[in-house]
Amino acid sequence: MTELSLHRGLSMQRIGAMILRYWYLLMSSWPRLLELLYWPAMQIITWGFIQHYIALNANFFARAGGTLIGAVILWDILFRGQLGFSISFLEEMWARNLGNLMMSPLKPIEFLLSLMVMSLIRLAIGVIPMTLLALFLFHFNIYGLGLPLIAFFCNLIFTSWSVGIFVSGLVLRNGLGAESIVWTLMFAIMPLACIYYPVSVLPVWLQYVAWALPPTYVFEGMRALLIENTFRIDLMLDALAINAALLVASFWAFLALLRSAKKNGSLLSGGE
Amino acid sequence: MTGNDKASSRPTVAGSTSSAAIEVDRLVKVYKQTHAVDDISFSLPRGSITGLLGGNGAGKTTTIAMIMGLVLPTSGRVQVLGHRMPEESAAVLGRMNFESPYVDMPMRLTVRQNLTIFGKLYAVKNLSDRIAELADDLDLTEFIDRANGKLSAGQKTRVALAKALINQPELLLLDEPTASLDPDTADWVRGHMERYRKANNATILLASHNMLEVERLCDRVIIMKRGRVEDDDTPEAIMARYNRTTLEEVFLDVARGRVNGLKEEAAR
Repeated sequence: MTELSLHRGLSMQRIGAMILRYWYLLMSSWPRLLELLYWPAMQIITWGFIQHYIALNANFFARAGGTLIGAVILWDILFRGQLGFSISFLEEMWARNLGNLMMSPLKPIEFLLSLMVMSLIRLAIGVIPMTLLALFLFHFNIYGLGLPLIAFFCNLIFTSWSVGIFVSGLVLRNGLGAESIVWTLMFAIMPLACIYYPVSVLPVWLQYVAWALPPTYVFEGMRALLIENTFRIDLMLDALAINAALLVASFWAFLALLRSAKKNGSLLSGGE
Repeated sequence: MTGNDKASSRPTVAGSTSSAAIEVDRLVKVYKQTHAVDDISFSLPRGSITGLLGGNGAGKTTTIAMIMGLVLPTSGRVQVLGHRMPEESAAVLGRMNFESPYVDMPMRLTVRQNLTIFGKLYAVKNLSDRIAELADDLDLTEFIDRANGKLSAGQKTRVALAKALINQPELLLLDEPTASLDPDTADWVRGHMERYRKANNATILLASHNMLEVERLCDRVIIMKRGRVEDDDTPEAIMARYNRTTLEEVFLDVARGRVNGLKEEAAR
């Protein structure tokens, strides 16, 4: 795999070849497909009934209908987006195929772009049925959020890619012994991203940390939209700016970790 | 004269000869305190088949990995098909390929799917025709639509070889290509490599523990021990130098440190 070149020699054919590789894999394995659908469906059913129960017993939540289900769906976009990216990367580690790719003309940027496309495909397979379940079981239409949903989605998917790129670099550098980071890192930011409660709930010093995370802006924005009927574009622009910095930093980290992996020979082993 | 001595009299990367397929100049790789490769130099002409011999831990795989750009050298330089590695790898990765026991093809994908993906990565023109040609040459037709994970070891090796040949590489790096194959399949693979070299004037660098394989295929042998080049010549010249009739005997002499006495005896 040749060094990063953002503007020269980017090949759509090579990106397409990698997407095709993951598509073949997905279509050849029904457990992989089922898993994509299973967890989002379980999430929405569980949280949907919780929201329904609370709405029957609390005035605030009755007014703020959908904040819990909306938060669950948006959290899943963030979490599944990162998993979709990272699992496609891990497939190469599990298959011991990374050496073949690294030795091919595939560039790191092309590899990462193909992983981003795959995260969108996997997300669509998992989350679209989830939103339909929310609509039919709990009468919550996430698409009713309208254009703001696009801003929420873009910001969440950019964050998920940044995390996905960074953890893939860590696995590349440290081998499959670091695989657990893929599954757990996003949960480390979960309490700080204020998914199910407003930022004001946090201690003041922790609020500064929360505002450093783009998803915090999205969940605050969602609550503003559902409770106050206000679309906070300022929050979305702030999140976009932080996301841009995070994406650049994660690309840089990935390349640094790739270089380090080449230095210590871990590309040859790839194991623990 | 050791390989290092001889190599130092050959053109180096600094005074590069573009006719060389691979030029390695004073290459060193140190992992913490271990010298995996310790100041080796050699130059391989285009169209040659060279065997890289040595026991486990001799530095063969690390050397090949540095040539491919998968491992960065601690010091020294590598030039492949006239381009410095890894800095100019974009110019050469499409013109070379490799096969190694350290990598696999995706198991759930069929042989055809795997070859299609690698063909696209290498921008192979008329890909369907090329896959059909390889399937015919390497006898893959019977299982081309079977998942790679369901193939026998011999079939997998042929598929890995097909992947290594998909882009008709000018330079082929093979790390123990016939390990774990039965003698019949191994012989068949060697025959195919010979034919490929002749038909394409390709350069092949072959790391192997199989001395018969090296004797049969290679114009030249580089023997490595503890990261250094112990000897570097034609198989015949090396056997004569050690006063031995097979490379296996030479290998054992080198591995067991019986080198100097034998060389002196042969010289007398």
